[in-house]
Amino acid sequence: MAGSARDQRRLAPEDARNAAREIRAQRVRAFLFVTPLLVFIGFAFVAPIASMLFRSAYNPTVAELVPASLEALAEWDGEGQPSEAVLTQFAVDMKRLANDRTSGQLAEEINRNLPGTSSVVKSTARNLRRVEDAELASNGAALLLEANDAWGEPGIWRALRKAGKTYTTGYYLTALDLEMTRDGSIQQRDTQIYLKLYGKTLWMALIITLLTLVLGYPLAFHMAHSSTSRANFLMVFVLLPFWTSLLVRTTSWIALLQTNGVVNSALIALGLTRQPHEMLYTQFSTVIAMTHILLPFMVLPLYSVMRGIDPSFMRAALSMGSRPIPAFLRIYLPMSLPGLSAGALLVFIISVGYYITPALVGGTDGQMISNIIAFHMQQSNNWELAAALGSLLLFLIVALYWLYDRFIGAGNIKLG
Amino acid sequence: MTRSEDAVFLKLDDVKKSYDQKSLVVKGFDIAVEQGEFITLLGPSGSGKTTVLMMLAGFESVTSGTISIRGKSINKTAPYKRNIGMVFQNYALFPHMTVAENLAYPLSVRGMSKADQKARIAEYLKLVELDDFGHRYPGQLSGGQMQRVALARAMIFEPTLILMDEPLGALDKKLREQMQYEITRLHEKLGFTVIYVTHDQAEALSMSDRIAVFNDGVVQQCAPPAELYERPVNAFVAEFIGENNFVEGHVERIEGGRAVVSVKGGGQIVAEAAQGLEASGRCIVSIRPEKLFIHPTSHDHDNEIEATFVARIYVGDFIRYYFRLSDGSEIVVKVLNDLSAPEFGEGDQGRLQWLISDSIAFPHDGEMPDTTG
Ligand SMILES: Nc1ncnc2c1ncn2[C@@H]1O[C@H](COP(=O)(O)OP(=O)(O)OP(=O)(O)O)[C@@H](O)[C@H]1O
Ligand SMILES: [Mg+2]
Repeated sequence: MAGSARDQRRLAPEDARNAAREIRAQRVRAFLFVTPLLVFIGFAFVAPIASMLFRSAYNPTVAELVPASLEALAEWDGEGQPSEAVLTQFAVDMKRLANDRTSGQLAEEINRNLPGTSSVVKSTARNLRRVEDAELASNGAALLLEANDAWGEPGIWRALRKAGKTYTTGYYLTALDLEMTRDGSIQQRDTQIYLKLYGKTLWMALIITLLTLVLGYPLAFHMAHSSTSRANFLMVFVLLPFWTSLLVRTTSWIALLQTNGVVNSALIALGLTRQPHEMLYTQFSTVIAMTHILLPFMVLPLYSVMRGIDPSFMRAALSMGSRPIPAFLRIYLPMSLPGLSAGALLVFIISVGYYITPALVGGTDGQMISNIIAFHMQQSNNWELAAALGSLLLFLIVALYWLYDRFIGAGNIKLG
Repeated sequence: MTRSEDAVFLKLDDVKKSYDQKSLVVKGFDIAVEQGEFITLLGPSGSGKTTVLMMLAGFESVTSGTISIRGKSINKTAPYKRNIGMVFQNYALFPHMTVAENLAYPLSVRGMSKADQKARIAEYLKLVELDDFGHRYPGQLSGGQMQRVALARAMIFEPTLILMDEPLGALDKKLREQMQYEITRLHEKLGFTVIYVTHDQAEALSMSDRIAVFNDGVVQQCAPPAELYERPVNAFVAEFIGENNFVEGHVERIEGGRAVVSVKGGGQIVAEAAQGLEASGRCIVSIRPEKLFIHPTSHDHDNEIEATFVARIYVGDFIRYYFRLSDGSEIVVKVLNDLSAPEFGEGDQGRLQWLISDSIAFPHDGEMPDTTG
C-alpha cells in the first residue's frame, strides 16, 4: 500500500544517490569552467601580493650574514662602545664576509639605517681581509678600531642591531616618513617624501577621475541617446586608443607637449605666446596624458548603463511638470549612478597605481607612488621598502573601496 | 454628431509629422475632443499612433498643423508646461524612489506642501487600491500593481488630459481585463480626458467613447464603437474592426442608398451602399460572420448565396463554419453552439442567408482587404 502523501514525496535512497551524483557532476563542471581564472589569480595575483606583504616586514639579510655578532650584541645596553667580545666577534665575522665578498651587502643594509656608513664597513672589511685568524681572535677589537674609529661610536652598532632584526616594521615606518627613536617612540622624519607622494598620487588620481567624468559623461550620454549606427561609429573612436599600444599613445604626448612640440609650435604660430611653455615632464602632462588614456574606462560603463535607461523615464518626469535640469538631477543622474561609480572607481584605482605614463612624461614633478616603488626595486635595490610602499598602496585602495561601499554601496557598481 | 466650437477641449488640426524630411508618418490628422471624452487611437503597427501621442505630449515637434487646447495652440509649449499626464507601456516608474515618492514627484515639482502631498498620495493610493504599498519600491510590485501606480502618478497632479500608450500591453489577459475596468472606473469617477493607444480592438471597443481608426498616418474613421462596428465607412475599417467576410462583385445599380450587386462567382445580392460607391463599378460587400445564417434558419433574411462547405471548427460557445464561394473566396459563418447548429459533410452545398441592412458594399480598387488579419 502507498504511504501518506508525505512519504510519497520523500526520495527513495536510490533517487537520493542519483540526485547527489547529479549535483556533484554539476559542481565539477562549474569548477572546471573557472579553473583557468582561479589559477591565474593564484599565480599572478594572490601569490605576488602575499610575497609582497611578507617581504615588506621580513628582512633576514643581516641576521644571516653576521648571526654571531648580533647574538653578542644583544647584551649591549646601547650606550657607549660595546664590549671587547662583541668587537672581536664582529672583526672575525668581517673577515669572513670580506673573503665571501658579501661585505657589500652588509654595508648597504647598515647604510640604510645610518647613511654614510657604507664606506666604513667596506674599508674595514678590506683591512681585515688579510689578517691571520689567530691574531684576529686575540686582538680583533683593537684591529677593528684601528681600521676605522667609527666602531668606537655607538651609532653604527645601533644601526647594525636594527638592521639585524629579521622581522621589522621599519620599512613601514620609512614608507610613512616615520622613524623609531632610540627610546622606542615613533617620530616624524626630517624629510617628508612618501606621505607627500601618496597625497600627490591621490590628488592626481582624483583630478584625472574628475576630468574623465567631465569629458566622458556627456559623451556617453550623447552616445546612449543617438541611433545605434551613430553610437557604434562613436564607439570606434572611444575604443581607438585601445587599438594602439599604450607606449605609442604616451609617446605621442611627448611629441605634442615638448618644448618645440606640436602644441607649443601651434601656440606660437597663432601668436598666443612668444615663449614656448614647459609642458612636458610636469604634473600637467601626466594628468592630461592619463586622462586621455583612461577615458574609455569611464565611458564604457557609463554608456552601457545609460543605454539601458529608457527615454520614457525622463519623459515621464517632464510630463509631470519637472524642468529638464531638475528632472535630470533627480531622475536620470541617480539612474546612471551605477555606471558612474563603476567608471569613477575604475579610473581612480587604475590611476593610483599607474606607472608607465608618469614615468615617461611626468619628469620629477609628475611622478606618482608607483614610480618610486619601481625606483626602489630597480635602482636602490631596496625591495623591502618597495614592498612596504606597495602594501600601503594596497591598504589604501582597500580602505577607499570600503569607504565607498560604506557610503554609496558597492552593489551599485555596474560594469556592463 | 456635431460639436459646438466652445465645447471642444483638444483639437488637432491637419497635424503632419515627418521624421526624415522625406516621408510623412502622420498625414493630416484631424480630431476634436470634448472635455472628459475617452478617445482611443487604434491602428496597425507603425501607423503613427505613438507619434501622435508624442506630439501631444511635446516630445516630438509638429511638422505642420496645430494642436490646441481650449483654442490655444500648444505647438510651441514645452512638455513640462503642458500639464498632460502620461502612462507609458513600460510604466516608467522611477526605480530609485518608493511608490509614495513616485507619486509625490509631480506634486513637489508644483511646490505643494509636504502635508498636502501626503494627504493627496493617500487619497490616490486608495483610489487605485494600493493603500499599503506607499513604502515599496517599484521593483517589489507585480505588473498590475506597477500599472496602477503609473496610473495614479499620471492622475495625481490632476492633469486635464491623460495620454496612455498601450498601457496594458505587458499584462496578461486576465489582469488586462481587470485594469480595463479599473481605468474605465477612474475615468468615469474623475472625469479627465483620455487619449488611449492600443493594438487590442476588444480593449478599444469596450473602453472608448470614440475610436479613431488609424492607417498609414490617416484617420480612416473616428466614431463610437458601435457605429464603427456596424457602420464602417470603408473596407479597411470593416476589415480591421472585428472579423468580416468580403464578397467581390460588380455594382449593377444604386437605388435609395442600396446597391444591387452581381457577385463575381454568380448570383445577385443587395447591400447598403457605402459612401463613394458608383454604379457599374467594382465593389466588395462585407458581411460579419455572426450575421450570416445557414439555410434552413428561422432568422429573417433577404439575401442568399450558394457556397460549398469546407470545414467546421468547434470553439466552445460558437461553431465556425468555413464555406467557399464559386470564385474561390472563403466565407466564415459563426453559429451559436446550440441544437440548431447544422451538420455538413465535406463538399456539401449550403445556402447562406442574411439581411440587406447587415451588409455594406464598398468601392473596390482591385485589392482585396486581407481577411486573415
Ligand atoms: N524617432 C523616430 N525616428 C524616425 N522614424 C520614426 C521614429 N519614431 C517612429 N518612427 C517611424 O514612424 C512610423 C510610425 O511610428 P509609431 O511609433 O508612431 O507607430 P505606432 O503606430 O505607435 O506603432 P506600434 O503600434 O507598433 O507602436 C514608423 O514607421 C516608425 O518607423
Ligand atoms: Mg507605438
